[in-house]
Amino acid sequence: MFKQLFSCIGEYKKESLLAPLTVTGEVMLEVLIPLIMADLIDKGIVLGRMDVILRLGGILVVAVLISLAFGVLAGLYASRASAGFAANLRKRMYYAVQDFSFSNIDRFSTASLVTRLTTDVTHVEHAYQMVIRVAVRSPMMLLFSLLMSFRVNPGLSLIFLVVIPFLGLGLYLIARRAFPIFHRVFRAYDRLNRVVQENLRGIRVVKSFVREEHETRKFRAVSQQIHDDFILAEKILALNAPLMQSAIYLCLLLISWVGARMVVVTTMTTGQLVSLFSYSLQILMSLMMLSMVFVMLSISRVSAERIVEVMNEKPDLHNPVAPVREVKNGEIRFEQVSFSYSNDPDHLCLVDINLQIEAGQTVGIIGGTGSGKTTLVQLIPRLYDVTKGAVYVGGVDVRAYDLQALREQVAMVLQKNVLFSGTIKENLRWGNANATDEELVAACRLAQADEFIRALPEGYDTYLEQGGVNLSGGQKQRLCIARALLKKPRILILDDSTSAVDTKTDALIRKAFRERLPEMTKLIIAQRVASVMDADLIVVMDQGRVVAAGTHEELLATNQIYREVYTSQLRGGEDLGATE
Amino acid sequence: MAPPNRRRPVSLGELAGQGKTLKRLFSYITRGYKGYLALVLGCILISSLAGVAGSLFLRVLIDDHITPLLAMAEPDFSGLRNALLVMAGTFLAGVMATYLFYRMMAVIAQGVLKEIRDEMFAHMQLLPVKFFDTHTHGDLMSRYTNDTDTLRQMIAQSLPQLFLSVVTVASVFTAMVATNLLLTGVVLLSLGLTLSITKRIAENSGKYFMRQQASLGQTNGYIEEMIHGQKVVKVFCYEERAKEKFDRLNEELRVNATKANSYANILMPVMGNLSHLQYVLVAIIGGALAIGGIGGITLGAIASFLQLSRTFNRPIAQASQQLNAVVMALAGAKRIFALLDEEIERDEGTVTLVHARYTDDGRLVETTERTGIWAWKQPQADGTITYTELKGDVRFDDVDFSYDGEKQVLHQITLYAKPGQKVAFVGATGAGKTTIANLLNRFYDVERGVILFDGIDIRQIKKRDLRRSLGIVLQDTHLFTGTVKENIRYGRLEATDAEIYAAAKQANAHGFISMLPHGYDTVLEEAGADLSQGQRQLLSIARAQVADAPVMILDEATSSIDTRTEAIVQKGMDVLMEGRTVFVIAHRLSTIRNADVILLLEEGRIVERGTHAELLAKKGRYYQLYTGTFELA
Repeated sequence: MFKQLFSCIGEYKKESLLAPLTVTGEVMLEVLIPLIMADLIDKGIVLGRMDVILRLGGILVVAVLISLAFGVLAGLYASRASAGFAANLRKRMYYAVQDFSFSNIDRFSTASLVTRLTTDVTHVEHAYQMVIRVAVRSPMMLLFSLLMSFRVNPGLSLIFLVVIPFLGLGLYLIARRAFPIFHRVFRAYDRLNRVVQENLRGIRVVKSFVREEHETRKFRAVSQQIHDDFILAEKILALNAPLMQSAIYLCLLLISWVGARMVVVTTMTTGQLVSLFSYSLQILMSLMMLSMVFVMLSISRVSAERIVEVMNEKPDLHNPVAPVREVKNGEIRFEQVSFSYSNDPDHLCLVDINLQIEAGQTVGIIGGTGSGKTTLVQLIPRLYDVTKGAVYVGGVDVRAYDLQALREQVAMVLQKNVLFSGTIKENLRWGNANATDEELVAACRLAQADEFIRALPEGYDTYLEQGGVNLSGGQKQRLCIARALLKKPRILILDDSTSAVDTKTDALIRKAFRERLPEMTKLIIAQRVASVMDADLIVVMDQGRVVAAGTHEELLATNQIYREVYTSQLRGGEDLGATE
Repeated sequence: MAPPNRRRPVSLGELAGQGKTLKRLFSYITRGYKGYLALVLGCILISSLAGVAGSLFLRVLIDDHITPLLAMAEPDFSGLRNALLVMAGTFLAGVMATYLFYRMMAVIAQGVLKEIRDEMFAHMQLLPVKFFDTHTHGDLMSRYTNDTDTLRQMIAQSLPQLFLSVVTVASVFTAMVATNLLLTGVVLLSLGLTLSITKRIAENSGKYFMRQQASLGQTNGYIEEMIHGQKVVKVFCYEERAKEKFDRLNEELRVNATKANSYANILMPVMGNLSHLQYVLVAIIGGALAIGGIGGITLGAIASFLQLSRTFNRPIAQASQQLNAVVMALAGAKRIFALLDEEIERDEGTVTLVHARYTDDGRLVETTERTGIWAWKQPQADGTITYTELKGDVRFDDVDFSYDGEKQVLHQITLYAKPGQKVAFVGATGAGKTTIANLLNRFYDVERGVILFDGIDIRQIKKRDLRRSLGIVLQDTHLFTGTVKENIRYGRLEATDAEIYAAAKQANAHGFISMLPHGYDTVLEEAGADLSQGQRQLLSIARAQVADAPVMILDEATSSIDTRTEAIVQKGMDVLMEGRTVFVIAHRLSTIRNADVILLLEEGRIVERGTHAELLAKKGRYYQLYTGTFELA
């Protein structure tokens, strides 16, 4: 795991090394101060020598200034290194996600991907800054202070060797006992959030059923649990500070008792005694810091793991070695295609599909939810790889194409489509970055979108909020179609992309396609029979199989399912023009 | 878990003007924990005094024990031993006080938090729907998460720390003054210097911190939008362009984060080393004073002063850090209190809904058991009580309405539904269909005109009783995490299992529920995300069925259900509608055709009304809609 993370330090290696080095420099000087101070007291003040006081005082001032410089430098290096590290982490993950195939994206939910790229990075950034500064400073301080105190008086310093392990063990035991409870608290927090979130989302249901008190009871139960567990955990943690104080006070008393005797029998000076007090404080404080670092790091460990997971995710689809870069025409052929999202032959979503679609044909695909319509068309631009068999476009296996070249020629309007914040123009240019304004208008005319765009206050320059919330469902769908048309593809796939468009406009779109884009192969998935009735070929799907294929008349005569759907919609099951 | 706090130094100025919030927060603490509070303050006092005593002890040690003993030929350590024993006692008291204080603080902080949290949620339940329509979920959620978390840190850590610091600073200062006035002056001077330097740093840090937050918001926003549209990115081969903009934002963030962190990072070394500097200055000046014999300063006094000056600086550094946390927490507290101050749903209704039965002589009387007959219990001005049977007769009389007091959403709506009738609303999004439903269950109140329910103005009916009489099936189904059974029982909490099964069967949901791994006890995670939309809809129908309300409001789901599932859902709906007054926001012709009256809404007005056949014959807007020649946007 750490190898992956370390590689993200990248160009900030220098800062990442200099930060701990300068911190060490700062610590060494800081540790020297009590030592020199001891001399100043013993040789200066006690002996009444002003020149010694001034000389040592001068040295001390210089030492402090250098230590200050080191400290400031360490701060600067640490901030550069950690901000840079975080930027690299984000970039590495973001780029990895760009290489994800659909199945990779399915495996992580989008919400979790977003958290990993945002909150988790922030956690790790803080942890990293800590690692290169505080996590270096504390043990260094501990080490040097110990060394110094041994130099001052080895016998007396043995006290530290006794107290430190006890303190360390105490801190460790406290953390170990409190940790599982904290984890429980965090899970309870998740539950609390869920209760609030569901309550907010369903507030109309809550109010309609007059369930306010029921909800409040539900909330109180979780709230109470957090309360109880938190108190439990904090009562354990409450031992930290007194433990720390006990250690400090114990050292103080022991040093006083033993030290005073030593001074009196003249194996030690008063100055040395004073410096030992300073060191004892530094030693114990750094131990405390160390335990804090330990806690912080173990918390951000989870975040680090989640980040590495994204980086380690291998894209499922790869470009072939010598890819075909040109799609000759819009012919599509499925040869004994079977497919499973989990690559498990026992859970097939498509079973043994054979289908021949000529270039320029209009093909309608119809079938119930879960019958495999969307899955089928997603294989054409190679959004997923087949489990068995092969899909050919323009006579070539899709796996032989350069992915980008293939997808440039196979445009797909997804069922769950997305517009991005930006102007309408910018959104349309997703299809073709270099499209002229005339080309944009032409595509929108074909998709029957030009008229409503012009009616908007700022026409093609109208700004769309994220997700295009300021447009109606039908308008959004038509924009998405126009965006796909701008690619000038050989194959266009509409996955239930006109469900919110009224029947008349829907018919106009299909008419425009037929007349203006005769070369383009058109695949239309629809719930409405009316949307596919006039297609050259209608494919009826059921439970992952193609159960029938033919023209409207043929299917009416021969296929039971098709007939049922058709008559039920004719009888009046049809949507009254969906209203989103 | 909450993200670690961004360190952002603040000035005292930011704290000013928060007095009210702070006072209100304190009222929570004093309300339930007055006794505790006195104890806590006592403990802090003891703990901090023990600390100061430790620092002062150095002087006693050197001046009273070491120096005199040095002169003795046969040193007698019994005095020292006694002094140390006294100190040990003091320290023990200090340690115990510290422990007690942390323990009690945990109880107080969690108690206060729980109270605030519970109060917030209970209060939120009483707020009008309008409030939820005008606040984003994320905004409200963060009050339960981020805001309460910063509040916890403040109550449990920052406030006690601040108090501890104040006590320590005060007692150390007294000790310093008592030890040596001149050296105290030196310490104060250097403190002034330290504070003015750190203030400069803090100001810069604050400035860049804001920029960093803005930059972080932008970058995260872009990441979120792109990842949500990642599949579209793939389909359009937009990866490279998506990287370009990301790189730009990411670099901007890196630069701003570096600057903001730089200032925050140098704060501690600057403060730390300035305190070292002060330490050295005290030693030099103290030494000079001792040698010059000015002020009668002793070696012990210098040593203990050195220790004191360190003890003096540390709490000030800590306090400045805690101040950060306090300011952030107060901002959070302010938001929490804002929620608590939101005006709750008003309800002046007096009419309630009761079970009723007819006596043998044909009078309607109140009863406690479920009889299937409901009555409106109406207290009259003269103190008598009248009962009106609930039949489901609903009338809108010349109703106007607007959400914001400006843009009129409904104009002169007049309609009536006789008991058992089915009224269908048809029209484009924004035509006012949902608004009519919102008015009926009083999520909002009419602006002009009146809505009568069995002849009673609905504003006279207690909201909870009115809503209990109305069943509702929404387009977005909103299930809750819990078992299938619990979700259906949401309709009527006291429903028996048998009643739940019956309702599910009637709603046509029994079939798929039986197929679930644990049947009715299957736990729905994430509000039923595993179920199909059709299945969720069937469950919400069953939920309404079990509630068994005399009047139904149905908001039909629109698209994305295939024809077969739709037929099953439709059957469930049909059962639900039987024998009830029903208002349907309709999207399907089958529903509309069977309606007793169809109301076509356009821009908040009823433009056509009649039965399906009548409207078709009229060849107006409805006819156009039916034949699909205009789009319902």
